[in-house]
Order: sequence, then structure tokens, then C-alpha cells
Amino acid sequence: MNYVAQRLLTFPLILLGVSVLVFVSIRLVPGDAITAMLGTEAGLLTPAQRAALAAYFGIDQPIWSQYLRWLSGLFQGDLGISSIYGRPVFSVILERFPLTLQLALMSMVIALGVGVPLGVFAATRNEKPSDLVVRILAMLGQSTPSFVIGVLIIYVLSVFFGVVPAMGTFTPLFVDPLASISQLIFPAITLGFAFAASVTRISRSAMLDVLSDDYIRTARSKGASQRSVVWRHALPNALIPVVTLSGVEFGYLLGGAVIVEQIFALPGLGRLVLDAITQRDYALVQGTVLFIAFNFLVVNLLVDLAYVALDPRIRIGGR
Amino acid sequence: MTPLLSVRDLRVGFGQTPAANEVVKGVSFDLASGETLAIVGESGSGKSVTALSVNRLVDFGGGHITHGSILLQRSDGSVLDVAKSDEKILRTIRGRDVGMIFQEPMTSLNPVHTVGAQIEEAFRLNRGLHGAEAERAALEVLDRVRIPDAKSRLGYYPHQLSGGMRQRVMIAMALASSPRLLIADEPTTALDVTVQAQIMALLAELKAETGMSMIFITHDIGLVAGIADHIMVMQHGLAVEQNTTDAVLDNPQHDYTRHLLNAVPHFTSGKAVRADNERTETSEPIVKVDDLVVRFPVKKGLFKPRGAIHAVDGVSFDLMPGETLAIVGESGSGKSTTARAILGLNEKHRGAIATKPGRSRRPIQMVFQDPFASLNPRLNVEALLAEPAIANGQKLDDALRTRMRFLLDRVGLPADVLTRYPHQFSGGQRQRLCIARVLMLNPDVVVLDEAVSALDVSVQARVLDLLVDLQHEFSLAYLFISHDMAVVERIAHRIAVMYAGQIVEIGEARSVLSDPQHSYTKRLISAVPAVERRRQHFALDATQVPSLVRPAGYEPPPANWREAGQDHRVRIEEAK
Repeated sequence: MNYVAQRLLTFPLILLGVSVLVFVSIRLVPGDAITAMLGTEAGLLTPAQRAALAAYFGIDQPIWSQYLRWLSGLFQGDLGISSIYGRPVFSVILERFPLTLQLALMSMVIALGVGVPLGVFAATRNEKPSDLVVRILAMLGQSTPSFVIGVLIIYVLSVFFGVVPAMGTFTPLFVDPLASISQLIFPAITLGFAFAASVTRISRSAMLDVLSDDYIRTARSKGASQRSVVWRHALPNALIPVVTLSGVEFGYLLGGAVIVEQIFALPGLGRLVLDAITQRDYALVQGTVLFIAFNFLVVNLLVDLAYVALDPRIRIGGR
Repeated sequence: MTPLLSVRDLRVGFGQTPAANEVVKGVSFDLASGETLAIVGESGSGKSVTALSVNRLVDFGGGHITHGSILLQRSDGSVLDVAKSDEKILRTIRGRDVGMIFQEPMTSLNPVHTVGAQIEEAFRLNRGLHGAEAERAALEVLDRVRIPDAKSRLGYYPHQLSGGMRQRVMIAMALASSPRLLIADEPTTALDVTVQAQIMALLAELKAETGMSMIFITHDIGLVAGIADHIMVMQHGLAVEQNTTDAVLDNPQHDYTRHLLNAVPHFTSGKAVRADNERTETSEPIVKVDDLVVRFPVKKGLFKPRGAIHAVDGVSFDLMPGETLAIVGESGSGKSTTARAILGLNEKHRGAIATKPGRSRRPIQMVFQDPFASLNPRLNVEALLAEPAIANGQKLDDALRTRMRFLLDRVGLPADVLTRYPHQFSGGQRQRLCIARVLMLNPDVVVLDEAVSALDVSVQARVLDLLVDLQHEFSLAYLFISHDMAVVERIAHRIAVMYAGQIVEIGEARSVLSDPQHSYTKRLISAVPAVERRRQHFALDATQVPSLVRPAGYEPPPANWREAGQDHRVRIEEAK
């Protein structure tokens, strides 16, 4: 627990670094905020109106003073007001986040549920035809872009089954679990496809390594069955790289899946960031990126805790 | 009476065409119940493959039995041909009829399960015991392999135990099902010599208690002398000689057996020491180490006080030109740390290391233990040999190449190997390359850290001869670090015995080996297996090395020494 406390202490420092980067980089994007907000109508503004608007949004100040003002707001739990929605940034994010979180969790369940067994199966059939089939599938899954799979799923569903996946709406899980899951199942499969392919490949290679370890031979010399050797003796030792990969992928998914959200018309974090950037909603971009960075840190911490749970050599120090 | 195990014309091959890649080429032997067969041979002789065929674990390593039969008498009296059985039946003989222990106790236990869980699994699989019953049985078997404080050890993970303890756990697991046959594949090779003696004594006792048969695989013919009834000597996949232990040891028939018995270093209590260098009072030491102390700080949490591992504590010795000083001791005794400190690879806490200005800018060079890991696989021999010279500002020119060819010739390698890569050489040849590499800078002192330990026994003997020749030719001083008393006896002029970071006894080799004074030296020497002492029995001794972690600010009491003869000093032991 000491370790967790140490890690938590580093969080504010990392987030501070992220905030500076984001603050500066969004302002380096060409084009000014007012033109982006008003579009063609911006041409009708007089210079005085333009200056008044800039002063209203606080973007007439030097960048460091803008940053300090934003930072002091941050310490009071205030991420600023979104210029697109005219509402506090934090409430906009919270509205979008449940969908993204649920989508990420569902894709991960699919990826692990399919990828780990497939990888283990392929490893035990090393170099046999069935291993080759799995490896080709995994390669395909990794190299097919998600929009192809997404479009393919919609096409197959609507043309052959006459079903149109629910689009544009989202029912929160606690309101109607079944409806909520069925709304997200096809996007989750789309995202989980490539994720599962990566999990398959990494669990296959980790299992191959472990299966040639000395303690596997020991287990066999005791008379353990193939099933017990694979699932009880080998798999727990092969899980660490799988956990590492899942952590990274899950972290990305929590940042929103722009393409899949577009295809299935889902109101998730990915599209929120995209809109915020194209419309130069500075406060919204800063708030969302900071939120995503925070999620990443939490996921990384969870991954480290998973290592501790999986490997007694990390949990209990050496002699 | 039918034997417990009867192997006839066993052939085992590997790869896609096993018949063309045979590693075991027609081996036959019988093993009566209650007897011990030792299979002796060097790496590549097929001894492990033969043994792994008996419980068919060889299949999982890519091997195929291409010919022959392995008839095993099962506990119910039926006879099974293991060579032709399918996996389902084989699983019932593994553990139940045939138990096995392996060479590497460090990697042979599953790191994510507790010791208790792994032993209980053996009981569950072979005796159908569950829960509290299995736990009680595990506790009982841990007691039988003499693990102190067995109850709390059940909850330990393998990494929390020492090598000797882990090997006991392995033995406990193998005993769980009271197998009629125990296969021990080099079970003590990775262990320290005193721990080896304990494990051998334990195996002998367990054998007497249970009446099980044993196949004992080893490269060290001296080790099995005391435990085996029969010996089978293997070379290149063939059994070149098999007979009763006494017949093989006293009256060897095959040249290779004679070679193993004579050419290979065997410990003879100081009778085989060198007699080519007498210390004179007038010569000046080339290296003088005075009160060397090396400590590694230990951090315990955020607020707890810090201590240190006292890896080397107050070590002093001097090394004369042309002399070999051997530092012997077991793992954790500080012998390698001492060597590394002399080369500046470890930071010293205190003490002085003085070298006499010699003929080279880099008077001290080092040869490491593992010839496979200490040569960069991407560099050819020329680049490997040039490296130290280039690092010291020389150019890769004809003069340097001439020196390379000269040194390759001296270490017994042809000059045309310059364009080859390390993987094209055998272990012994690689170690010769490493020796040639350290000689490139014309050093005065060569530190050899377990330099022959990873080599096969007969290769070991030839590399030792080479080292002696080179020592004369280039008047080198050697600091020879080793745990192997038989090897040390062949090369050392003087011996320093290290224990728990300190030298406990130092002096002329013959005197130290034939008349050890310190209790630790005595224990160490009595643990060395020897053909001539084979009728002597090892006593079980579970003395543990004390912890070297000391609280901050701790200084050991000053050492008191007594003379045990001319050039033989012993540290006076504290009365307990």
C-alpha cells in the first residue's frame, strides 16, 4: 500500500506536465478560435467586436496568464466552460464518459475471452495446422482497419438479417442493462476484433516460452494432465505480458474510439474531442485531454497492481 | 526374478527425421529393485535423454523413441513397455511409479504456486488425497527430507528458499507417491559442495528407508562412487562400459572410462598440488590487497533503519608474480565480489589494492565463468580479440593481427579462425578465445572467475593444462576463483578459503588441503566427493550460512590469526 501511495503522489506532477503540453499545443494549431467558432459569419465581425469576443473568452491575454488562470480554476474543481455547449466542461465529459467506459470494458471482455483461449490453444498446437489457422486469423485481425470491420458488420446485419444496429442513442447500463449492452455489442465486437488478435498473438508467444520452462517438465514428471499443465502451471506464468498489453489497449479505448463512434453514430469521448479540436473549444480540449491522461494513469496503476497479484516474486521480495 | 526396469536396444532421435538424428544409439541395461544405477557421461553423451525416456518426458523435449523396449514392472506386478505406451497410460506411471528430480532446483519449481501447493498436488494426483489430508501428508514428507520448520515453509514460494532447500522440496515432491524408481538428473550439479553432500546423504538415507531404486545421472564419477551399485558409462550415445561400481572404478576396461578416472581432476587431499613455484622472501608482490571491505546497502522501507550486506569484510592477501592464488568458497562467500573489487567492477567500501607497476597499462585482466555469455555473438574472432586493444588506444593493424595469430596458436586454436563467430566454437574453444582475449594486453595478473566450471570434465582438464603452460610462458600471476576443490588442487600454489565474506584460512596449497585447520575448511574438504573415499559415509549436516546483512554502523570484531606452519595461517574461531 506504501507503493500505491507513492504512485498516487506522482499523479499531480504528470498531470501538470500534460496540461502544459496540451495548453501550448492546441494554441499552436493554425487558425484562431473565433473564426473557428463562428465559421463564415466571422467575416462580418468588426475588429472591435472581435476584440470584445476575445476578451470575453479570455484569449486576448498572454499564454502564461491564460494558463495560470485556468490552473487556478482547476484547483477549485473548475475546468472552464465549453464554448460549443455553453456548459461546464466537466459535466459535458461526465455525460459522454459512461458510454466510452462501457464500450471499452465490453471490448476488453471480448478480447480476453476470445484471445487468451485462442492463444493458449495455438501454443499447445505449436506448428500444427490448427496453430497456423489461428496465427493467420490473428494476423488478419490485427491488420484489418476497424472501419472495414464496422462497415462489414453493419452491412451483413442489415442486408442478410434485416437488423439495423441501434445508432445515435445510448441507454445507460443501470437504466436498462439489456438494452444498453445490445446497443453497444456491435461496436464492441468491432473494437474487440483487433484487440483480440493482439491478445491471441501475445498469449501464444508467452505460453510457448513458459511451456518450455523447467517447472513444466516437473509438473509432467508428477503425472499432471495436459489440461492441468496448461491452465494451472503454465497460464498464470504467461499472463504478465497479456496484462501489459490489455492495460495499454484499454487506456487507449478510454480515450474514445473516434472511427467506431463515427460509424455507429455513438456519442462517446472520441467524437467529443474531435469536435472540440475542430471548433477550437480550448476549454473542452484541455479538460478532456486531462481527463483521458488521468484515466491512463489509473489504468497503469491497476496494471501494476495486477502484476503484484499475479507474481509472488513481486508481491513478496526475495530472501 | 524379473528386474524392475529392463531397457533393450533403446534408440532415441530428435527433429523431423529422428532416425537420422539419433542421440541415443542402442542402449541396454537392467535395474533390479532397490538398486542404484549411475549413468556417467559428459554433455551430449545421451545420458539425460536415456533417463528421460524411462518416463517418456523426452517426448516433450522433441525426442522420439525410434527403436527398442523399456519394460517397467508396475506396482501391481504387471509389466508395461513404456516405449510403446500412449500418453494416457504414461501419465499414470509418472509420479506414481517413476519419480524424478532435476538439475536446476532454481527453475524446476513453479514460481507462482506455494511450495505446499506443489507438494500437495503430487499427493492429490498420485494418492487421491485432498484438503487437510494432503496438507498433513505434505508436512510429513517435508519432515522426511529434513526441512526445518516445515509447517511455515508450506506457505513459502520457491524464490524464498535457497537452492539446497528447493532441491529438498523437489525430492519431497518425488517421494509423495512413494515411487519404486527415482530418476535423479544431475541433482547436485547446481549446488554448493557442502549442500551437495547433504543432498547425497539424504538420498542415501531415503533409499535405505524406502527401498526404492534409483537412476542417478552425473558427469562426476567421483560423486556416485558412494551411492551407486552399478555404473554405466556413456559416450556419444553409446554405453561404453557397464559393470558393478567397484569393477568400473578399480578395473576400468574402456579407454574412455580410464580417461574419466585419470585425466579428469579428482580431489586427492593435496597429493596432486603443483610443485613448480616456491615463494621467495625477496620477491615483491604484484598485487597486494589490504583490509578490503565491500558492502551493498540494503533499504528497508521508507523509515526503517538501513543496513548493509557485508559481502567482503576485511580481506587481505598478496599475490606474487607467476603465482596462482586460489580463492575457494561457496556461493555467497564473497569470492567473486573480491575479484570484481580488484578489477574495480565493484566499489570498495574501504581498504587498499596496490598493484606493482608492470609491463602493461592494464596489468589485471579477467576471464569469466560462462564462455557462452561472455563473447558477443555478433562479433567475429578478430573483432573480439581486437576489442581490448582498441579500447586502449591501439589500431587494428598488421602488428595487432600478428599478435592475435600468435596468441591463438598459444591457446591451441588455428590462426584461420579469425573470421569465424562464437557460435561456431565449442565451450572449451570459447574459453580458449576468452583467454586469448585477456592476453592481448599482455597483463601481469589474470583473474579467473570460475573459468572452467561451465566446461565438461575432460575439457576442464585440458584448459587447466593450458593455463599452467601459459602461466610459465608469460609469467602470469593467477587469481583463481573456484568452488571446485579438485580443480583448485591442480592449479593453485596457495589457497585462501573464504566463508561469509572473510578469509578463514590461507596458505600453501598442500598444507591447506592435507591439513585443514579451520572448522569450515574441514567441512568443505570432507564434503568433496572422491573415488578413494567412497566407502566413507556422509553425515547429515544442516548448518546454514549466517546472514550477511548487518545493521548500519556494524563493524566485525578484529580477526585474530594463528600460524599453522610455514605459510599457513588460520583465523581463530570464537568459542560459542
